[in-house]
Amino acid sequence: MEPQSSGILLLVAAALFSIGLAVVLTKRHAVVVLMGIELMLNAVNLNLVAFSQYDPDRLQGQLFSLFVIVVAAAEAAVALSMIIQVYRHFRTVRLDELTDLQQ
Amino acid sequence: MIQIAFFSFVALTLASAVGLLLTRNVLYAAYLLLLTLLGVAALFVFAGADFLAVSQLVVYVGGVLVLVLFGVMLTNKPASAIPDSTPVSERSNRILTENRRPWIAVLLAGGLFWGLSRLLINAHFVVFDRPVSTTSTTIDVIGKQLMTEYVLPFEIISILLLVALVGAGYLAKHKQ
Repeated sequence: MEPQSSGILLLVAAALFSIGLAVVLTKRHAVVVLMGIELMLNAVNLNLVAFSQYDPDRLQGQLFSLFVIVVAAAEAAVALSMIIQVYRHFRTVRLDELTDLQQ
Repeated sequence: MIQIAFFSFVALTLASAVGLLLTRNVLYAAYLLLLTLLGVAALFVFAGADFLAVSQLVVYVGGVLVLVLFGVMLTNKPASAIPDSTPVSERSNRILTENRRPWIAVLLAGGLFWGLSRLLINAHFVVFDRPVSTTSTTIDVIGKQLMTEYVLPFEIISILLLVALVGAGYLAKHKQ
């Protein structure tokens, strides 16, 4: 790829991160907030990969984003099981209604 | 030709991400997240990361997205406004999410994007002047690196994944 497309990848990653931040701040459904977090993690991966193509011998960026993908998968599994437990307890996953720390 | 494909995948990624922000239906949001992840996988291919693109497809589209859909389905409370006399097949089954203070969030995210884009446009990365790698595949290097330089992080991350998945299964089970 031409060098200028790396700059475009960085801009796309910045836009994806901002959209993910807006999703996390705006939406009130716990699962949608999780989707916003996944979007932000993907933007970070895109940044790492964009810089990693200039490092073909060691590929540190790609390996780091591989680890990020694994951590994101683990985080999604734990977060969804917690959301299911919260739903069993409070019968809702709307974040505005979850105001009790203990019940 | 490659440029057209690249920009169409950029447009697909950004458009579906914006749609994820705008839609109120949680299931539509999940499917738009699927499109975004596919677009990011395609951008990985354009950046020369073929192994990472495949693992993005397998882990995110095959794993995380299915988990998210299960989460949506399992935490769905049917709307109480619908009278019980309506047949099940005719009841609306949309799962909606509210927006809270959208202007603050959009202002914050827009300001962040404005700052980041100004920074990126004005910055001159020395590394971008270097030649781009021309190797056909990255699997060779990734395999060697995982077994030599990154063998300790690899083992730690595998333990972390195992513990997290067992813990998730324990957390999600019914308590007596």
